[in-house]
Amino acid sequence: MAFLKLEHVSHLYFSNKTYTKALDDISLSINRGEFISILGSSGCGKSTLLSIIAGIIKQTKGNVLLNNIPLHQSDYVLGYMLQQDYLFPWKRIIDNVLIGLKVQKKVSKKTRQKALKLLDEVGLPHLEDTFPNELSGGMRQRVALVRTLITNPEILLLDEPFSALDYQTKLKLEDLVYRLLKQYHKTAILVTHDIGEAISLSDRIILMDTNPGRISTIIDVPKVLREEKPFLVRRQPSYQQLFDHIWASLNRGSETNGSKET
Amino acid sequence: MGAKKHELKLFKAYQQNIIRERKWTFCWQIILFISFFILWELSSRFYWIDPLLFSSPLKVMTLLIEKFKDGSMIVHTQVTLFETILGFIIGTILGIIIATFLWLFPRFAKIMDPYLVILNAMPKVALGPIIIVALGPGYTSIIAMGAIVSIIITTIVVYTGFKEVDPNYLKVLQSFRATRWTCFKEAIFPATLPVMISTLKVNVGLAWVGVIVGEFLVSKEGLGYLIVYGFQVFDFTLVMSSLVLIAICAAVMYKMVEKLENMLIIKN
Repeated sequence: MAFLKLEHVSHLYFSNKTYTKALDDISLSINRGEFISILGSSGCGKSTLLSIIAGIIKQTKGNVLLNNIPLHQSDYVLGYMLQQDYLFPWKRIIDNVLIGLKVQKKVSKKTRQKALKLLDEVGLPHLEDTFPNELSGGMRQRVALVRTLITNPEILLLDEPFSALDYQTKLKLEDLVYRLLKQYHKTAILVTHDIGEAISLSDRIILMDTNPGRISTIIDVPKVLREEKPFLVRRQPSYQQLFDHIWASLNRGSETNGSKET
Repeated sequence: MGAKKHELKLFKAYQQNIIRERKWTFCWQIILFISFFILWELSSRFYWIDPLLFSSPLKVMTLLIEKFKDGSMIVHTQVTLFETILGFIIGTILGIIIATFLWLFPRFAKIMDPYLVILNAMPKVALGPIIIVALGPGYTSIIAMGAIVSIIITTIVVYTGFKEVDPNYLKVLQSFRATRWTCFKEAIFPATLPVMISTLKVNVGLAWVGVIVGEFLVSKEGLGYLIVYGFQVFDFTLVMSSLVLIAICAAVMYKMVEKLENMLIIKN
């Protein structure tokens, strides 16, 4: 059964003089526990799509259904991870982690314990009383992950959360995110332009065209790759095949559209 | 071992150099200060300037001592200080509150925009007579003058600060379904604290302008009153004494706000 369903979703951005079509007729259904990656060049409306699913902006046309209920009517919880951690520099780590629960007025002794446990789980024990500027980029992004997970979101939206990190940290964090998501059976949508990242993490990969943003191909990741840890996926022979396939499709897409590099 | 000794020696020399530089600057500041008063005194004694108009430091000092002894100067200084501090606090807080409303209600902000521009461009002291008519001749009017000079500029600066906070902080909170007020409380306000603190320094100076002009217009006490009174009875020793006191008080207040600023910044 489809957990999250998008039906003919389109979105327009208006400015004084003109308007641009960011998304055109996106239909998609995602199952519970699935990991989906959306892959495309800059300006294909990936982030717009995430913002719509997050309920931060409302689509101009079409429906977004969660458990068959329109998104804006259901009181679901979701987690959003951005390109940078956006931890509040004036709050201690523990307060940063608990901000989502504080907004939802759910902070208690129990949730505090859970926060400490999760921080420990991502390899940041005994750091709850420090401030974000005392931590490295990778540590901060892990805090942001805990901040997202602790609200117990039904869907995790990941907007290139690894792109601001150095390569080594990025690979380690991919493994961690993958492990935690599987452990807690979370549904996740990752937006990225990194083909390797998409292959190593996802069950399905959605390729998007630019101008206007629409789905060009949906690729099922082979079972062998799906069940492997992200770091090890990259060593599989079928990884390279899939990589080349996606690379070719993306290039074909950008050539027919004549889109410019950004 | 020898190398380490040499390094230490260089470090000592560096430290001594800094201290010497500081002493030298301070020395010149003192020299400038003293020679200004000596020159003033001499030129007044030898009639290079008219002593009736420009008085002299000794006369000013004698007058100040006399007036402080009979307590009248203390009263005047207290009144002005009280008005200035209150005007400063009210102006700053009201400015921040208005800015908050502007941010919370974007439509309200759009409507208010041209009025804010006009109010900001307008010399606020020109409103003096209206305020006095409206609030009556007394402390209230003068405090209102002190506040009104800083209120609009505080509103504009702080509101601009609110708008410049990285929208991604809001995105984080919105993804948790935060209300606009929660966004304000958790992200906008704390992120803009440095901006608000820096307006304090500007407002201290502005509050003095408002209060002194207010006292010029209507008052029976205060340092601004003394200036106008001295001017009317042609007692320029009194005018100069008041000016000296204002300079000292304003400088002390400014320094205190600066201290407060440092404290708050370290805390954040």
